Formats: sequence, structure tokens, C-alpha cells
Amino acid sequence: MTALLLRDLRLSVRAGGGALIGVLFFMTVVAVIPFGVGPDLNLLSRIGPAIVWIGALLSALLGLDRMFQTDREDGSLDLLLMQEHPLVLTVLVKCLAHWLGNGLPLVIASPLLGLFMNMDEVAIGATMLTLLVGTPALTFIGAVGAAVAVALPRGGLLVSILVLPLAIPVLIFGVSASYAAVEDPAPFMPPFLILVAITMFFTVLGPLGAALALKNAAD
Amino acid sequence: MRLTAETLSARRGEDLIFKDISFDLGKGEALVLTGRNGSGKSTLLRVVAGLLRPETGRVTWHSDAAESGMRAAEACHYLGHRNAMKAELSVSENLSFWKDFFGDVRGGKGISVGEAAEVVGLGGITHLPFGYLSAGQQRRMAFAKLLVSRRPVWILDEPTAALDVNAEGVLTALIKAHLAGGGIVLAATHQPLGLENAKELRMTGFAGVGEERW
Repeated sequence: MTALLLRDLRLSVRAGGGALIGVLFFMTVVAVIPFGVGPDLNLLSRIGPAIVWIGALLSALLGLDRMFQTDREDGSLDLLLMQEHPLVLTVLVKCLAHWLGNGLPLVIASPLLGLFMNMDEVAIGATMLTLLVGTPALTFIGAVGAAVAVALPRGGLLVSILVLPLAIPVLIFGVSASYAAVEDPAPFMPPFLILVAITMFFTVLGPLGAALALKNAAD
Repeated sequence: MRLTAETLSARRGEDLIFKDISFDLGKGEALVLTGRNGSGKSTLLRVVAGLLRPETGRVTWHSDAAESGMRAAEACHYLGHRNAMKAELSVSENLSFWKDFFGDVRGGKGISVGEAAEVVGLGGITHLPFGYLSAGQQRRMAFAKLLVSRRPVWILDEPTAALDVNAEGVLTALIKAHLAGGGIVLAATHQPLGLENAKELRMTGFAGVGEERW
């Protein structure tokens, strides 16, 4: 299993891997906002956490369809399916590798983009923390969509649309926790804990669903 | 050690591709599937490998070394049309990944990555990215994957595609060595592999199948 994790991590940083693409897209989305909205610093810092979260969500969706498709194209997926490691575990490890390769760089890039949005330290810290907790949920939800669409050519957009409804709660609680950290009356912990709960819920359910879909995707 | 298939039939879309195929292979036995394109050779191999659900029938695997309830697929190496190797990674990274991931079934050990590359005749180039190799070299390296971890059953779908005569000879020798070591081989092929004592199953597509001996 460690071998699978290392292989997928290597692939994500080598040529054609999604790690850099996701971060670049994230930067593009967030960097154009100040130009579109105008130089109103108060407005920027007010919408900052939401924009950073939306950017991260879109970049996370961008790389999802490759999660199983590359393995299917070169035939590796067949061999992964044949082994006696429980398939759920294989999928879980692939999700972890995908998150380390695609999700974690977004979290690391988010403070820099927070500066673009004129956010203060607390808001940047809170956004980074909620992204750290919330992006794994996006990967696990996306794994189900990626597994369902694995047999479809150019299923990328379909994956995004399939998983978007499930990803919306992650966005809502991620953003509301980030806001709660800077705006006084709202408490930070309840939305943050719900976000943690969502992530843990999909950590269990995502690989199960994806494994089921992969087993039945054989054509 | 026995690989048994009972009354297998499989469907692609609406149509039955084949029905009522049964075979029983023991130590050192080979089954060669022949037939024109589209006659269901690959489909049968994928059913045996557990990658397609059969419409009827089942594939079972009996072995003294195996735990009870072991799926037949776990005793199999499957070499399909595609090589299951990553073009971005070097050959040795690819092979050592599969060696780790496959592990070994009880009662056998695979050979090391270097040796396996040596055996297929491409010893010096394991540091190259897999994508740099020619189609024939890629196929040979995909074959080396079967050697790095021990599996009693080899399921080979057109193993000699893209290979030159010399390499075909190497592969045939490897298949023979596997059979001599008590392995089982299921192969779909258009070229005769030159195996003595191999059963032949002629696939005819929708019309049904007949079994006969060479």
C-alpha cells in the first residue's frame, strides 16, 4: 500500500501530473478577482475567505477526473482490481495520494492568495485551517464521481457536476467557519466541527462508494 | 492446484458472446484460445480474471497452499492488451511498484526487478522512463511484471503483440518454464506459441464453442 501511495505521489509531481495545474488554476481564479471587483480593500477583505474557498473548490474539482482514469487508460486499474487487498483500502490510499498531490498544495498556497484579498492574519489562518480540514472531504466525495465516470471518455465535467451538490455543504461550513473566526458574534467551533464531521463521514463513505462503482464499471 | 471453470457464459450488451464454456486445468497445463477477431477470447480471459461478471457459471481455484474462499483472480497474473505501466515512471520504478503491490502468494517468490529485466533481455535500460521504450520493449517489460511476483496462473491476452521473432522465442521459453514449474497458462493468441501438450479452445463467437485437442 505504501508502494501505491509513493507511486501516485511521484506521478502527481512528474510531467502531466495534476499538482501544479491545480495550484496555477487556484491562483488564476483568486488573482483575477481584485481586478474584477476593483480596489475596494474593505470589500475584498470581506469577500476574501469565500473567494479563496471557491477557488480551492474549483481547483479541487479540476483534477478529480484523472484519479482513476489514467490508471484505466494504461490497464493498471484492472490489476489493482484483481488484488486481494480490500478494494476499499486501495481506493482510500489512492484518495490520500490524490489529496497529498492536489489538495495539500492548495492549502499551502492559500495564505499567499489571502494576501491578494487583503485578508488579516486571523482570517488567513482560519481559511487555511478550514481548507486543511475541508479539502480531504472534497477528494473523497470526488472519488465517487471519478469512479462512476471512469468509463466515460472526457468525463471530467460530468464528474464536477455529479459531485458539486455534495461538495456544497463543505463549502458552506468551510466559509462560515472562516467568517466566524473574524466576525465577533458568530462562534467558530460549531461550523468548524461540522466541517470535521463531514470530512470524517466522507472518509468512510467515499472509498466505499468509489470501490463499489469501480467493481461495477467493468465493461 | 486446479483452475476450474464451469458453464461460463458472458454477455456484451444484449448479445451472448459465448455460453457453456467449461475447462479444468491442473499443474503444468496450458489452454490456448484461438479464433477470429471478436470471437470472445479477451472476454473469456477477463471473466476468468474476475474483471467481468459472467452471465452464468463460475471460476474456482483450488490449491493446498491457498486459504479457503480465495478468489480465482488472486492466483492470476493478467497481461491484457495494455501494459499497465506508467510512461512517466522509470522501468524499475514501475516494476518495483508492482512487485510490492502484488506481493507473493504462498508457496513461491518472485525474482528481483533487475533479474526480471535481464530475463526478458533488457537488462541495461531499467533506469529509462517506460515511455521512452519502443512498443516491443514495452511489451517485454510488461512481461517482466509477471516474473517479479509469483502467481500460479498466467492469463495472457495476445502476449506476442508487437514482438519480434527473437522476443517471441524468449517469451515462449518463459511460458514453458512457468508450465514446467507447475504453473497454469491461459493464453489468447493468433500465433502458435509452440507449446506441446496444450489444450486448444476454438472460440467461434455467437454460434457457440467447440473444444478439441491439438
